[in-house]
Amino acid sequence: MKKILTGNEAIARGAYEAGCTIAAAYPGTPSTEILENMAKYQEIYTEWSTNEKVAVELACGASIGGARTLAAMKHVGLNVAADPLFTIAYEGVNGGLVIVTADDPGMHSSQNEQDNRRYAPFAKVAMIEPADSQECKDFMKHAFEVSEIFDTPVLFRLTTRVCHSKGLVELGERTEVGVKDYQKDIKKYVMIPAHSRVRHYQVEERLNRLREYSNNCPLNRIEWGDKKIGIVTSGISYSHAKEVFGDSVSYLKIGFSFPLPDKMIKKFAKAVDKLYVIEENEPYLEDFIRTLGIECLGKEYIPCCEELSPEIIRKAFLPEKDKKVYDSEIKAPSRPPVLCPGCPHRGIYYAVSKYKDVVAVGDIGCYTLGMMPPLSVTDIVICMGAGISASLGFKRASMKGGRDEKIFGFIGDSTFFHSGITGLIDAVYNKTPAVFVILDNSITAMTGHQENPGTGKTLMGEAAPVIDIESIVKAVGIKAEDIRVVDPYNLEMTQAAVKDAHEAQEPFVIITKQPCALIKEVQKKRANIYCSINEEKCTKCKACIKTGCPAIAFKNGQIVIDRSMCNGCTLCAQVCKFDAVEKVGE
Amino acid sequence: MTKSILLVGVGGQGIILASKILSEGLLKLGYDVKMSEIHGMAQRGGSVTTQIRFGEKVYSPCVGSGEADVLAAFEKVEAVRWLHQLKEGGTLLVNDYEIYSLPVLIGQEKYPEGIIKELKSRVENVKSFDAGKIAVELGNIKTQNIVILGALIKALRLDTLDWADVMKEYIPPRLLDLNVKALAAGMEI
Repeated sequence: MKKILTGNEAIARGAYEAGCTIAAAYPGTPSTEILENMAKYQEIYTEWSTNEKVAVELACGASIGGARTLAAMKHVGLNVAADPLFTIAYEGVNGGLVIVTADDPGMHSSQNEQDNRRYAPFAKVAMIEPADSQECKDFMKHAFEVSEIFDTPVLFRLTTRVCHSKGLVELGERTEVGVKDYQKDIKKYVMIPAHSRVRHYQVEERLNRLREYSNNCPLNRIEWGDKKIGIVTSGISYSHAKEVFGDSVSYLKIGFSFPLPDKMIKKFAKAVDKLYVIEENEPYLEDFIRTLGIECLGKEYIPCCEELSPEIIRKAFLPEKDKKVYDSEIKAPSRPPVLCPGCPHRGIYYAVSKYKDVVAVGDIGCYTLGMMPPLSVTDIVICMGAGISASLGFKRASMKGGRDEKIFGFIGDSTFFHSGITGLIDAVYNKTPAVFVILDNSITAMTGHQENPGTGKTLMGEAAPVIDIESIVKAVGIKAEDIRVVDPYNLEMTQAAVKDAHEAQEPFVIITKQPCALIKEVQKKRANIYCSINEEKCTKCKACIKTGCPAIAFKNGQIVIDRSMCNGCTLCAQVCKFDAVEKVGE
Repeated sequence: MTKSILLVGVGGQGIILASKILSEGLLKLGYDVKMSEIHGMAQRGGSVTTQIRFGEKVYSPCVGSGEADVLAAFEKVEAVRWLHQLKEGGTLLVNDYEIYSLPVLIGQEKYPEGIIKELKSRVENVKSFDAGKIAVELGNIKTQNIVILGALIKALRLDTLDWADVMKEYIPPRLLDLNVKALAAGMEI
C-alpha cells in the first residue's frame, strides 16, 4: 500500500517496521513529529525526555538492554546530547541504536545553521542520509541492521525539507525482532580508561570495516547518464540536483555518508569529465573528495549559508537569460512572528518593558518573541537553558564593570525542566542577585503543544505526576519571600511582582502561571470571551496597541479588536485609562 | 509535465490543511506528489507558505522564482510578497482579505492600498475574491481556506474528482457538510 507521508511520518513508520521497541526525544523543529507519530504504535514505548541528553542516555541504556532503540532531536539538541554520543560510540550497541538529528538549513526555526554531518567523523559513528520520504522509511530499517552488524550507533541525518515534505511511500510490515538478552560485559559497557583504550582501537578497526561496507552499500549508488558532468550529492540536495539536471548527467548519490565510499568516489570521478559536488551548508563531501586528491567544483558555486534549492543550483551552474519575473511597485509590509493574541507571556513582558535599566536574557521558545516591538524587552538569546545561566554571567560582568543594570532571565516551563534547574542552583549557590522569570504555560508550545513534566500527561497519553515548579524553586534554596507566583492576565499582580523583583538584592524568582491560549481546552473554555471597544469612551490614545496584541488595530480612524482573534485576556482593558475596553462573556 | 503550486498566507488561516487535502486528492488522481511546508517560529500571525508539486515523477519539493504555475494567496499582502514566484503566464488567485501584521498594527509600517488593482495591472491571469465573506455567508469564517481550495481546484481543472471523499479523512464529520459547501462555493467563483 502506498501512502503520502512526511519524512518524519516515514521515519516513524520505518522504525516501526524495523521492530524498534523504545524511542525517546525532546521536541524541536523540524524533528518533533517523529516521536508524535511513533507514539501511535502500541508496540513501541515512547517518551518525551526532559532533554536531549536524557533521551540519548536513555536510548544507550535501552540499546545495551537489548532493545532496538531510536532517539530523535533537532540539530542543536545533539549538542546537548554530544556527551553520551561520543562514548556510546566506543561502547557500541546490543539492540540497534539509531540517533536521528534533524538539521535546519535556512534556520526556519532555529538559532544556528550547524551541519551535523560533521558529528559522524567526530564521534566516529556510521551515518545515513535519506533524500525523501520513501528513503526515510527504507533507510531507517537499514540503519538498525547496520547498527547491530557493525556494533555502532548510527547517526540518521535529516534536514527540514526532508522532515516536512510529503511524498509517496510504499508501506511494509513490522518485523518483530524482540528484545535481545543482556550479557554482562564490563570491558564493553564500563568505560574506564583501561577499557576505553582497548575500545578505541576497536572503533578504528570498525571504521575500516564500515568504509569497506560503504563502498559496496546499496545506499550509495551511481546513476550513469552523460559522462561530461558527474555530480556527487546526498540527502535533499540530490532531489534538487535531479530536478535541475534530470537524466542528462551522471550522479553518485550518497545515502551512507560516513564513512564515505572512497573507492566509489575515485571510480566515479575518473569516469566523468567534470565533477560537481552539490551539497547544502558545509563542504562535507567536498572536503573529503579533495583529501582524495580529486579536483571538483563545489562551494565556489554554491554558498554554504542558507537552504539549498533547485533555483540556487540552476543559477550556479546553468544561468538562464532574461527570465521574466513579476514584480510590483507596492512593497509588502513585513510580517514577523509575534506573540499570539491572548498569549499569557504578553503581560509579564509588558510589565518589565517599563523598566529601562533591565537587561533581559531570553531562552528558546515562544518567549523569544519578547524581543519584538513594541515590547522590545529581550536583549540576549543563546540556547536552551541560557535564559538563566547567561544571566548569571552578565550580572557578574555588570557588577565588575560598576554598572547597576537589573538582570532578568526568562525561561519557559519545558525549558526550565530541560536545562534551567542547574542554572538556578548555580544562582543560589553563588548568591548571584538576578531575577529569574519562569513562564509556565503548561505546555511545550512553540513546537506545537507537546506534554512535559509539568503537564500531568505523558507522550503515550497516560496520566503522570505533575512536577511542581514552585516546589523545585524552593527546594534549590530560593527563599520563600523571594518567590512570586502570579497570573500574567492580572496586570496589577504582575506589575507588583516585577517591582519587588526589581528591588531585590538576592536571587529572586517570578513564576507566571496561565496556560497557552492555543491549548484546545483553553480555546474551548474561552471561545465566547472577548474584548470590545466602547467608541464613546475611547480617546484613541493607542495605549492598548502598545501591548503588541495582533488582535488590536487602528483602522479607519478607530481602534478595533478582532473578535475572532481575541480571547478576552483583558490586558488591553487593564492598560486603558479611560475604561474604553469592555470584556464580553464569562 | 510537473506543475508547481504555491500557497501563501498567515499562520492560523488553515493553509496547511488545505494543502494536505489538495495533495491527497492529487495522489488519488494518480500523480506523483511532493508537498513541503515551513513551520516558522510563530503559531499564529507569521507568514506561512506551502509548496505542492505534482506530475509523473517529482524530485524536489521546492518552488523557486518564476516557477509557480498557480499562486494562491490567502491574504492579499502575501500575494505581493510572493509575486516573484509566479511563472510568466501563470494564474494568481488572491483572497481580497486583510490581516494586519504587527509592524502595521503599531504604526511602524503601512498596509498598502490598491493591491488588487496593482496585481491586475501586472499579471494577466488574476482572480480575486472575498473568501472570508463567502465563508461567513455559509456560516463559519473558518471555512475560508476551503473556499480558496475550491477556487484553486477549479483553476487547476481538477474538479472532476470526488473531493468530499478526500476531505472526510481530514475534517470531523460534524463539519464535513459545511466544508463541502465551502468547497463548492469556491469552485463557482
